[in-house]
Amino acid sequence: MKTNDLILQTATKTVVFIILLFALHIFFAGHYYPGGGFVGGLLTSGAIVLLLLAFDVKTVKKSLPINYRLMIAVGLLFAIGTAVGSFLFNVPLLTHAFGYFTLPLLGKTSLHTAVLFDIGVYLCVVGATMTIIETIGVSE
Amino acid sequence: MSLLHIAILAPLLLAIFIPFVYKRFRSIHTGWFVLWLPAILFIYFLQYLPDIKNQGFVEKTFNWIPSLGINFTAYVDGLGLLFALLITGIGTLVVFYSIYYLAKDKENLGSFYVYLLMFMAAMLGVVLSDNLIVLYAFWELTSFSSFLLIGFWYTKERSRHGAQKSMLITVFGGLSMLGGFIILSLLTGTFSIREIISQAGEISTEPFFILALVLVLLGAFTKSAQFPFHIWLPDAMEAPTPVSAYLHSATMVKAGIYIVARMSPVFAEQGLWIWLVGGVGLLTLFWGSFNAVKQTDLKAILAFSTISQLGMIMSMLGLGAAALHYDHLSENIYMGATVAAVFHLINHATFKGSLFMVAGIVDHETGTRDIRKLGGLMQFMPITATIAFIGTFSMAGLPPFNGFLSKEMFFTSVIHVLSLDIFNLETWGALFPILAWIASVFTFVYSMMLFFKTFRGQYQSEKLKKKPHEAPVGMWIPPAILGSLVILIGFFPNLLSNTILKPAAEVIQSPLINEGHSFDIHISFWHGFKPELFMTIGVIVVGVLLYKTMPKWTAIYNKFPSSLSLNHLYDQGLVHTEKGSNKVTDFYMNGSIRNYMVYIFIAFIGLLTITIIKKDAFFMDKSDLAPIGIYEIVLTLIIVAAAITILMAKSRLTSIIALGAIGYTVALFFVLFRAPDLVLTQLVIETVSVALFLLAFYHLPKINRKEERMRFKLTNAIVAAGVGIVVTIIALSAHSNKLFKSISEYYIENTADKAGGGNMVNVILVDFRGFDTMFEIAVLGIAALGVYGMIKLRLSRRQDR
Repeated sequence: MKTNDLILQTATKTVVFIILLFALHIFFAGHYYPGGGFVGGLLTSGAIVLLLLAFDVKTVKKSLPINYRLMIAVGLLFAIGTAVGSFLFNVPLLTHAFGYFTLPLLGKTSLHTAVLFDIGVYLCVVGATMTIIETIGVSE
Repeated sequence: MSLLHIAILAPLLLAIFIPFVYKRFRSIHTGWFVLWLPAILFIYFLQYLPDIKNQGFVEKTFNWIPSLGINFTAYVDGLGLLFALLITGIGTLVVFYSIYYLAKDKENLGSFYVYLLMFMAAMLGVVLSDNLIVLYAFWELTSFSSFLLIGFWYTKERSRHGAQKSMLITVFGGLSMLGGFIILSLLTGTFSIREIISQAGEISTEPFFILALVLVLLGAFTKSAQFPFHIWLPDAMEAPTPVSAYLHSATMVKAGIYIVARMSPVFAEQGLWIWLVGGVGLLTLFWGSFNAVKQTDLKAILAFSTISQLGMIMSMLGLGAAALHYDHLSENIYMGATVAAVFHLINHATFKGSLFMVAGIVDHETGTRDIRKLGGLMQFMPITATIAFIGTFSMAGLPPFNGFLSKEMFFTSVIHVLSLDIFNLETWGALFPILAWIASVFTFVYSMMLFFKTFRGQYQSEKLKKKPHEAPVGMWIPPAILGSLVILIGFFPNLLSNTILKPAAEVIQSPLINEGHSFDIHISFWHGFKPELFMTIGVIVVGVLLYKTMPKWTAIYNKFPSSLSLNHLYDQGLVHTEKGSNKVTDFYMNGSIRNYMVYIFIAFIGLLTITIIKKDAFFMDKSDLAPIGIYEIVLTLIIVAAAITILMAKSRLTSIIALGAIGYTVALFFVLFRAPDLVLTQLVIETVSVALFLLAFYHLPKINRKEERMRFKLTNAIVAAGVGIVVTIIALSAHSNKLFKSISEYYIENTADKAGGGNMVNVILVDFRGFDTMFEIAVLGIAALGVYGMIKLRLSRRQDR
């Protein structure tokens, strides 16, 4: 029996972007408000899981051709790279630096190397969650 | 590293080359490549004789582990030299003998000579080391190489059994001895035997001194096959005969004697030493000779005879220790026992070595060693019979052979026990001459048995596999040399007295020598009509009587219950140890994870409860508690209700949902306690984990999918309650015992200034303590890859296809 998920699929197309935006917001706000890489990552994978529910694994893979295992590695690389990068400036491991800059369009903004570290966390969380869910989902 | 060190290690060095030589020159018997070394070493050690006689000792040190005080100090004195000469001298003869004994094409000669050389180096190391740890290292090497040699014919079940038995017993003793050595070194602060001897008087009152004495003696007794550790020696007779002649008569079994002699200056002041060494030696002497008579195998008789003779030497060393208590006597009669011990040590090595070789010849030429099948061999092998005659009569203690002299000296020393008045020896000491005399009678009987049943009597051609004939020249030369030594020492005993006996005995009695006493050794055949002469005559008369009437009284051996024999005890001990440990392990390692959890939790409860009670740690302070609001109460009630539901629920689905309820309630708690980051994470994670639980639930196998309530078990309930109570108590006490302010003040102050952030939790996670986070995401990654690996990589299924 072939079911028709039109409503679910249409709703998903809209909702996924809202969730993704919310995830990005939570991620970037993490340093000042509740949130951060971990929750942001989990919410992002929540959005992808919604896609998986509405469509099937093949379609999602086609539209999001991401190797999640590689993503874990990239995330770890970001985190470790940030940590080791502090050696370049002759400071102890994982020393972060930040400053306030005036950027075009954004105005006065603080830039913080901790964000790079958080990106690592984010990527790793998305990668790990999606690897688990996808693997279990595909296995018979 | 001096020449002396190289001499000690030379056999080991040669052993490295033996396999190559063995492979390269198959047509020449490998033994010829070995023979020269012990001969050269013998000559080399002979050169020390004048030095030792004049200055007492030669010492050479090679630093090995100086930071631990462990140095390879080679130390040659009278005692060490005597043993070194025995080892190299008899070693030469045994290698020569083995060239003719072991077939070139049938035996694995490469291994044989490697083991033998290892053993030779180890023995030299034992007797020439001044450092206890080095001595112990060589000591264990003798055990191992002896193990390899006994198990040389490793395809035979009995060889393996004998090797294992000797290994277990001697290594047990060796480890005990190591304990004794360590105690000694802790008491004195040095590993050097001579320095320990110089402090002997001061440490003798220390509480652990007696323990050290007993432990060292355990090592000596196991190695020298003293009662009740003698049981390995008869089983070690499965070794090739050259090995038995070398290890189990002349050298290795005397390592224990050496230790007792070497340690005498340290321990001999103790009454326990005299009793243990003298008493155990005497008991061994009696038991060995008594049991030798019932054996039918030539080598078994010789094995028990060795046990008994070692006991004799040991008891003499014990009695020699009595001399220390009579140092006021100008002519100290007890010093004679020490001389007798050393003298008999040499004599025993000569006649027992030759007798083993004779046994090997008989085995080789007739195909059997069973005296019930042998007889009348004298006509076929006259030379062998002559050597055997000399050896057995010397062993029996008959004139004019050297055994007679040392036996007389032995009797002299046991008679002197009667005039001792220390350590209860005046009453129980009477046992010494009586047991010694009885043992000598049995020694006489088995010696006669050994000779007459093999070489005289009826020749039983139908029972022998081969037609017996005289051994080849090379085979009887070594025992002939030993036999001529027996006669030579017998007629001219004083040849040895000043060169070897005196320096060796002086080492054993060094405390007395330092006080100005001196040995005056004069061994003579005829010492007048003294009690010991009558004892010898008595031995001969009663011995002949017993030998003639043997069939009538040998039945008494069958009276002795075999279930009480030491071999039986040993075998049963092994079996029961194995069974027992199996049982114990099976009892607690039953493979059920529930049981293991119970052990872990009981240990948890027990250890923590004991700690709390011992330290009086329980303490409750209510001053610092926050007020409880209505929300907290409601949420707590929900959690409690959900937890009880999990336990009571009939369906697993209910339990999973209840678990989810707990998770969300905890998230609500985080809301109440103002932890927004935790709330977010907890909600998402709880959702994911409930989904995974449901997945696992969905895939449960269809069979056995009965929905039933968890069964109640009292143990589990008690353990669970115990864990809960203990953790609660600890939490309460920990909360009431806050000793200093939290570090959070620092974070609150510096989050904005130093880290440029507003969310303190996140700043701690990525900045202040980012190191933890780095590895937490690594954990997450590993978990994901683990799941991926487990699901994708199914090797067992791939094989099925």
